[in-house]
Amino acid sequence: MTGGLVVLLFVVYELFVTDVLTDRRQDQLKDELRQGWTAEAEVPAVPRASILGDAFAVLHIPRLGADYEQVVLEGTAEEQLAQGPGHYEGTALPGEQGNVALAGHRVGKGSPFLDLDRLRPGDPIVIETADRWFVYRVLGDPATGDFTTDPSGIPGQQIVRPSDVQVISPTPNGAAEGPPSGAYLTLTTCHPKYSARQRLIIHAGLEGTGLTKTEMPDGPPALRES
Amino acid sequence: MYPWIWRHLPGGTATKAVTALALALGVCALLLFVVFPWMEPRLPFNDVTVGG
Repeated sequence: MTGGLVVLLFVVYELFVTDVLTDRRQDQLKDELRQGWTAEAEVPAVPRASILGDAFAVLHIPRLGADYEQVVLEGTAEEQLAQGPGHYEGTALPGEQGNVALAGHRVGKGSPFLDLDRLRPGDPIVIETADRWFVYRVLGDPATGDFTTDPSGIPGQQIVRPSDVQVISPTPNGAAEGPPSGAYLTLTTCHPKYSARQRLIIHAGLEGTGLTKTEMPDGPPALRES
Repeated sequence: MYPWIWRHLPGGTATKAVTALALALGVCALLLFVVFPWMEPRLPFNDVTVGG
């Protein structure tokens, strides 16, 4: 009986307590980040994410809710992932050519990537940086909902083994050191839920270039699609 | 185990109940804030990255 109670308590911890802790940390990070952005007089054209553990961008996924906002931190160690989605070190920064790769928890720790499987081809994924909005769209054919028929040849969604690092290559599924064929965004999380046997991967491509916040203080129209 | 603890708690029924409750809460707090955070990174179902 005691063992059962401990296991039950652990489930409660994983599903609720870590959520509360992460949500609180996310709110704190959001305030700090927004204040920092306002305070900075000279905002660099390209966001910096070079310092491990730094919060540097906000991820918006309208399909998962108009209020879906997650502060992204640099690095994918548990220390960063316990606070929010993490940016794989060395991958492209938002807006750059290459692949912006982000990892996030599926269950627990705020479950930022719980519902990634609900994303459909063409769905916007918006990254907000100090001075810009970058709109990425899930690859695939929005008309048929088929992830595999994108002109780029890259699928919008795939399920891979944990060792398949080529999904975060500069060109997704290309060579690790190969030249990028465009500007991409890749999200990785565990699959199936409550397991770590596989990885659920979402690939998206940059739409146009970034929109400045002076042009669009309330964000791009893509934010209001859902 | 539980009857044994109950028998060894001092005082009357009311005191025992209060002490038992405090003990249970203490164990929960220890698990939630010390044991689980330590144990969690060592469990396999939290990996969300590729490669690592």
